[in-house]
Amino acid sequence: MKSLEELKALREKMRAQVNMRENVGGEHTRVVVGMATCGIASGARPVLNRLSELVQEKDLTDKISVTQTGCIGLCQYEPIVEVLEPGKEKVTYIKMNPEKAEEVVEQHLIRGNVLGKYTLASAGI
Amino acid sequence: MMTEISLNILDVAENSTKAGATLVEIGVMVSHLSDTLTVTIKDNGCGMDEEQVRKVTDPFYTTRTTRKVGLGVPFFKQAAEATGGSFEITSKKGVGTYVKAVFVLSSIDRMPLGDICLTMQNLIIYHPETDFLYTYAFDSKSFVLDTREFREILGEDIPFNSPEIAAYIMDYLKENTLEVDGGAAI
Repeated sequence: MKSLEELKALREKMRAQVNMRENVGGEHTRVVVGMATCGIASGARPVLNRLSELVQEKDLTDKISVTQTGCIGLCQYEPIVEVLEPGKEKVTYIKMNPEKAEEVVEQHLIRGNVLGKYTLASAGI
Repeated sequence: MMTEISLNILDVAENSTKAGATLVEIGVMVSHLSDTLTVTIKDNGCGMDEEQVRKVTDPFYTTRTTRKVGLGVPFFKQAAEATGGSFEITSKKGVGTYVKAVFVLSSIDRMPLGDICLTMQNLIIYHPETDFLYTYAFDSKSFVLDTREFREILGEDIPFNSPEIAAYIMDYLKENTLEVDGGAAI
């Protein structure tokens, strides 16, 4: 059984790292996933987890934070992912799935190319 | 509708955090003896008045302004009652809300529990300001996860959503769940 002792050991290991992270300045990009009933029922959880995993795997946690939000009123387009970059217009991706989320990380978050084909604007509303 | 009981739990517990709860207690109890899977969610959030409690199982009632339907609680209620189980919700303004859903374990209409570990990890890491007390019981065995214990060890400077801690929480949930239910498909 996993013990709390392991957590204590982890804490000691991380204390030094936390100090380093605090020194990283700059503005954060926020990736926000809708997690109300509409989002969850349409499959937002695997999208949220894939985004979060990739941001960690690719060591982007200093620049990008993945968070969740409620319903923004576009339930028919869920799962919705919003990308908020400092100084740029918000990009709203609709009808996401884990595979599309991977593309968003690779193309948009890493290379800066907005994936027009998945955005709300592409739905013509 | 939801495809897993655990997604209903995620959805309903999200409401607890939005109600400003500082502590959300979640219980998942599997009993072959009584042939039930019981889910309880108790919070100390803002609570609801009597009229709201009456309306909350109505799919056409919501306090949201972004849409006109509120399906979270009705989905959960319907999922439990469809198995021949029961659903109750009680709430008191300023005190908190309690939800209890009982599913008939062997019912062919019962949706699977699903990835309850992921549900709990999601709730914990995306709501760092809320404490969670999670109990998972499988017949006579059980385990408890209390984020207040984690918080006491980690202090203020190490957040739950840091990759190492998020991974630890997931391992903690998975290993203890396996120990309790022996990997049974529920």
